Amino acid sequence: MATATFRIWRGDANGGEFHDYTAEVAEGMVVLDAVHDIQRTQAPDLACRWNCKAGKCGSCSAEVNGMPKLMCMTRLSELPLEKPVTIEPMKAFSTLKDLVTDVSWNFSVKKTIKPFKPRPPDAADGTWRMQQEDIDRVQEFRKCIECFLCQDVCHVLRDHQMHERFIGPRFLIHVAALEMHPLDTEDRIEELRNKQGIGYCNITKCCTKVCPENIEITDNGIIPLKERVVDDFYDPFGWIWRWLKKKSNS
Amino acid sequence: MNGTTALPRRSFGETMRADVWWTQPLLVFVGLSIFIVYSTWAAFQGQNYFFGNYISPFYSPEILGDSPHSWFGPKPNWWPHWLIFSPALLVLWAPGGFRVTCYYYRGAYYKAFWADPPACTVGEPRKSYWGERSFPLIMQNVHRYFLYLALFFLLVLAYDVWKALWFADGFGIGIGTIVLAINLVLLAGYTVGCHSLRHLAGGFLDQFSKSPTCYRAYTCVSCFNRRHMLWAWLSLFWVGFADLYVRLCAMGVWHDWRLL
Repeated sequence: MATATFRIWRGDANGGEFHDYTAEVAEGMVVLDAVHDIQRTQAPDLACRWNCKAGKCGSCSAEVNGMPKLMCMTRLSELPLEKPVTIEPMKAFSTLKDLVTDVSWNFSVKKTIKPFKPRPPDAADGTWRMQQEDIDRVQEFRKCIECFLCQDVCHVLRDHQMHERFIGPRFLIHVAALEMHPLDTEDRIEELRNKQGIGYCNITKCCTKVCPENIEITDNGIIPLKERVVDDFYDPFGWIWRWLKKKSNS
Repeated sequence: MNGTTALPRRSFGETMRADVWWTQPLLVFVGLSIFIVYSTWAAFQGQNYFFGNYISPFYSPEILGDSPHSWFGPKPNWWPHWLIFSPALLVLWAPGGFRVTCYYYRGAYYKAFWADPPACTVGEPRKSYWGERSFPLIMQNVHRYFLYLALFFLLVLAYDVWKALWFADGFGIGIGTIVLAINLVLLAGYTVGCHSLRHLAGGFLDQFSKSPTCYRAYTCVSCFNRRHMLWAWLSLFWVGFADLYVRLCAMGVWHDWRLL
């Protein structure tokens, strides 16, 4: 059976280093299989977060050969095994131990976003009516599994550490899902510009590239939100047009 | 929002990526640089920009100029001698501005020219970062105004294709006609797929079902938008080639074959 070398980062928030492990490689194996094998046979104290092993729980996020990936969805057959496969924790968050990072910042960010505020029910029984074409767009955003790979790859968070000023692609998609929802009545555009820092996104599309759910984060989520910010803050002719339209309707 | 402390920042170009990550930014850098150098050179020439019923897209609409395509006659006498004149300089800023502020190109040239970042997960050269929140990049928000101009330019270029069908001896089709027609199609594909147009066509709505016309327009624009990068590069290459074709015909280097 063939073998491969896995260069795994071991350490915590205070520092660490790479350790090389050799593991057997079988057909159909994914990176998480190799990590589990190493855990079982060579490094029982190797910390690694995982759960479903089916690409749906978003737990096993790490950086494989420098790119953010779900370890359970990265087949070894896709990697050049003649060189050591590097496995590191996500860089945008502090490391707790080995491959496990502290992603709690994301949950605190989510709490700051204005929640869903539906219009009054359409029917007497307290239910609403929606058309499929109205909901298609936000259904894409709801595929998100919160693996935070997009947050990890975003250079605003990863390199510039602007966690205080920028909510990151995951939560821009969350805002888009709420803001474009046909029933929602809340206005989040001002805080999107002023507090959540959408202007920091410079459209590198790295978030889209790493999304395991293939959500078009930039084209379908962030750019449409940027355009809504333009509507409200940077388009004087648009303001006049909307004012005239409102006037003619009243 | 609570802060977080991650692993130490990596230095410029540092990455654990094992692939040739620099290929794409390098290709973008070379491609855009060639276009910028050629279009600037061509714009300052002020001659050999028309050949019979053909006019270079870099010079159209020719607001002031010496060719028969000029809308308002030759360069006026009051034009200051010290100020360089070329019909292209009067118009090229508009399609140039449309491309510079385009969402696709922004992402591409931030990486290729400014290394911000050089590629995904590759270390950056600077610690500071302003994004598009403050001057000068906040000006990118003017994109939709350049879109309005670009849509007008499409009409002008469509008229140029119409003129390219009419030779001194009547209706005909030359290689130049086809070159200008392809240019129009590619520029239209690029412009119609614009993210701002997608928003203005219907993306601003939360309930498409209440505006079926807007929904149809949104769907149509989205269709072009999915290949926006491809349209951007094809149209960029072809608009440069269309200028080169007309220029070389005007210089007598190439002969324009009549097909019909």
